[in-house]
Amino acid sequence: MRALLSILWKDLLLEIRTKETVTPVLVFALLVVVIFDFALEPRRDLIVTVAPGVLWASITFAGVLGLSRTFTLEQERGGLQGLMLAPIGREVIYLGKFLSSFIFMLAVEAAILPVFSAIFNLPFFLPQVWVQAILATLGYAAVGTVFAAMSLNTRARDIMLPVLFFPIVVPVLMAAVEGTSAALRGESWSGALRWIQLTAAFDIIFTVLGAMTFGLVLKE
Amino acid sequence: MTPAIEIKGLQKSYGPRPALRGVDLSLAFGQALAIFGPNGSGKTTLIKVLATLAQADGGTARIAGLDLQQSETALRRRIGVVTHQTYLYDDLTSYENLRFYGRLFSVPHLEARISEVAALLGLEERMHQRVRTLSHGLQKRLSIARAVLHGPQVLLLDEPEAGLDPQAQEVLARLLAEHLHGGGAALITTHNVEQGLALGSHVAILAQGRVVYRQERPAVTEAEFDETYARLTGASRQARDEAAQ
Repeated sequence: MRALLSILWKDLLLEIRTKETVTPVLVFALLVVVIFDFALEPRRDLIVTVAPGVLWASITFAGVLGLSRTFTLEQERGGLQGLMLAPIGREVIYLGKFLSSFIFMLAVEAAILPVFSAIFNLPFFLPQVWVQAILATLGYAAVGTVFAAMSLNTRARDIMLPVLFFPIVVPVLMAAVEGTSAALRGESWSGALRWIQLTAAFDIIFTVLGAMTFGLVLKE
Repeated sequence: MTPAIEIKGLQKSYGPRPALRGVDLSLAFGQALAIFGPNGSGKTTLIKVLATLAQADGGTARIAGLDLQQSETALRRRIGVVTHQTYLYDDLTSYENLRFYGRLFSVPHLEARISEVAALLGLEERMHQRVRTLSHGLQKRLSIARAVLHGPQVLLLDEPEAGLDPQAQEVLARLLAEHLHGGGAALITTHNVEQGLALGSHVAILAQGRVVYRQERPAVTEAEFDETYARLTGASRQARDEAAQ
């Protein structure tokens, strides 16, 4: 636990000092939202239908930049190998990196959701949306951490990461979009609950699989 | 007595290209083995496998009595590794880097130990500077401090002299001597014959993934070693000096 918290502390401290992950990811996500706003301007009647997709598309595309950046920072001076030399299980490294990616993404979402809500004039401060967002982000970070580490040693890793990662994370994103849609349509908790449960199930599966496979991904 | 390092038939390939083709080596505590070899001879791969950063395809290796495959996590507590990369974070201070690694290794009395290694490496004045503001030589010293922070029994040093100024090389030599005197062991890969012969109590040559020469240091002069090296590897001293640079 101490090692995990140390990795998390180190990542947060580096991010607070450099702002190299959250800031560009946030700017990119906002740009995607604004572009969709322009694209949908003539068809405001479609907004409630497409808004959840727009939200999760912006988070998905922006998030992949963040995942890639987090591991690139580790690779610059061999930090990831430094972690691998420590007498801790690979799953501890995985959980540390996974939690820091999760916190970075959540920070981006906390900034995006109010802006998104204002631009599209939608009630995004619904608790169902936040619960869905937190769970979907957990799943996203759980899978993304493994694939970001896997793509480190590949050529053209900026292309390889989304190509490998997106097909796997699709179930989480679909559940997130459907859960957000249900909340925006004004359905009660029960309407969103099945998507929330589905996302939670994916989170558990992906986190366990991620912790189990991370060591294999790191080793040469 | 348990050897510090015991390697039998160690093999490692990257795809179709073999990097280690059955390396056999042993090293007792209190000894330092300097391994020379041309580029591509497998020196760095050997360090990576022993440091548990790469997985061997065949053979066995034990460090301080622990099997590389079966006791990987416990084994990492017994080794200290210095390579071309510093494993430091540029935007953390020297102190924060050492504290971070100290916590990962659960170093007891961490604050006192950090002060101790900082003094040992002459870094006391630089502890609250961010790593990116340190010179290359000071970063290398800090990297050595990181490697010895947890008091490892066996040091694995991959070209440790690279990037070190003469003063820092003296510090490294002193640190290594104290480590050996305290009953530790070290495996050092290098291109630098002068440094390697000065640091190693034993010398070996690795060529094409095999140990082709092993000798106790006092039994070999620099000139004899040059001749042997050229004969066994086909590489001239000039080629080796260029690689060292």
